[in-house]
Amino acid sequence: MSDAPMTQNNAAVLSFDHVSMTFPDGTRALEDVSFSIRPGEFVTVVGPSGCGKSTLLRIASNLEKSTGGHCDVDRDSIGFVFQDATLMPWRTVRRNVELIAELHKMDKSQRATACAEAIELVGLNGFEDKYPRQLSGGMKMRASLARSLMMKPKVFLFDEPFGALDEITRERLNDELLRLFQHEGFAGLFITHSITEAVYMSTKVLVMSSRPGRITDVFEVPFSYPRTHDLRYEPAFAELCGQVSHALRGAHQ
Amino acid sequence: MSTLQGSTAQVPLDPATPPSARLDDVAPDTRDKNRASDLVGPLVTFCLFVGVWYLVSMVLLPSHKRFLLPPPHRVISEGFFVWRSGERRGLQPILMSLWDSAKVALIGLVITIFVGMALAVAMSTRRWLERATWPYLVAIQSAPILALTPLIRAIIDGTMNQRLLVVVLISIFPIVSNTLFGLLSADKSQHELFTLQGASSWTRLTKLQFPAALPNIFVGLRISAGLAVIGAVVGDFYFRQGGVVGIGAQIDVYRSRLWGPELIAAILLASALGLVVFLFFGWLAKRAVGKWHITTRGT
Repeated sequence: MSDAPMTQNNAAVLSFDHVSMTFPDGTRALEDVSFSIRPGEFVTVVGPSGCGKSTLLRIASNLEKSTGGHCDVDRDSIGFVFQDATLMPWRTVRRNVELIAELHKMDKSQRATACAEAIELVGLNGFEDKYPRQLSGGMKMRASLARSLMMKPKVFLFDEPFGALDEITRERLNDELLRLFQHEGFAGLFITHSITEAVYMSTKVLVMSSRPGRITDVFEVPFSYPRTHDLRYEPAFAELCGQVSHALRGAHQ
Repeated sequence: MSTLQGSTAQVPLDPATPPSARLDDVAPDTRDKNRASDLVGPLVTFCLFVGVWYLVSMVLLPSHKRFLLPPPHRVISEGFFVWRSGERRGLQPILMSLWDSAKVALIGLVITIFVGMALAVAMSTRRWLERATWPYLVAIQSAPILALTPLIRAIIDGTMNQRLLVVVLISIFPIVSNTLFGLLSADKSQHELFTLQGASSWTRLTKLQFPAALPNIFVGLRISAGLAVIGAVVGDFYFRQGGVVGIGAQIDVYRSRLWGPELIAAILLASALGLVVFLFFGWLAKRAVGKWHITTRGT
């Protein structure tokens, strides 16, 4: 019944193969984590704080090396959205959105076109010449998203991007991100500790336990895209959230 | 963007709402605007300053010692309103000296900025270099320059070079420390963003660390600029030659000959030079980083 917008028979673009991570101080952040994501799949990992969720993304993006197993991904085609917007305060929105493309030496006219397109996609038109300090938290996050969209990544990694936002802004950005997901057809790996957000966004929810971080449960999310706000109040949605919550409690012990 | 429009309509955002209203409110611009109270403060302190001056000169000092601090009107009439009297008295010789010192201060400051920032960049990339040089920088800052004057005179030729060295020694520390602090102030996640794109360390320096350091660099510049003027005046005291001398040397002559009004006038002008330099760098900082950095308020 799961019908994601893109074809699912493509080969996986991101796969974890028995990945383990032990920090030098002996903390076992990840243990034997295996899963893979195909284009058009949006996988969310929920788990208690400090369970190693973020470490997964850091390994996928090569910011850290796993101590065991193997992570396979095309590293030139990754978009990474950080917990905070990580905008450069000295650059305007436009120049911030252009940053990554600039670092990849994309030529100027191409960059300007792609930038205008990305700003349009996240709905920041009219704010191109504002500086980050003139923006609200939600708008900063949009700019951050636009910056990653510039390179049209095949794999998008999200490290609790909306965690610091208020509920309304967060739900709005959830919708916007889903729209981008459908429009761009990337593969998403999303980290959050909000169960509602996880179920609302994803094709699949993974529940992680802490110390060591392990995938304890996998839930396929059956709702079709596009999803609307009201989905959050449907019984089937609530039931699935309940199951995830239950699994998360189990993982906490 | 027809495909986008299509998908927008499917999510429960009201497409009729303009984007600006859809987005969260823009954070208000909270920077202070110029107000009348900004002028009242300096005016009040100026009146207080003149009042205290008169009090010391006319009341506290007995009349036979009044030459030590002549009242303001005598400084104005004899120090500022006499163009030239003899070889050294009058406004013209004072201004010539001031210009001479200002040149030394400015050249010295330029050298300080280049050397100081280069040192800070090197220190930011190599921790051992930071550890190796830091104690000596602190030591230079607190070293009594006047005790070093015989040594400087012995190893460096030419009063100009000697004066420049004094300027650099006195003004370099704030530039180095503030630049270094600024270069190291970029967020970890901002650094990671650059790491993810495989940025070279030069790119990282020019596109991340240096812009991030700018507010701090300007703080350092402002302090160093003030110190460069002090350094020039101090240098004048100890290293002088015939012809036009620096303002420090001029002040020394007035002091030894007990020419009160000229002495005070020269001191005021030397301070004014420091103030002008300070204001200039404040203005420059506002021009350069005021748009995005919030705390560049004081000028």
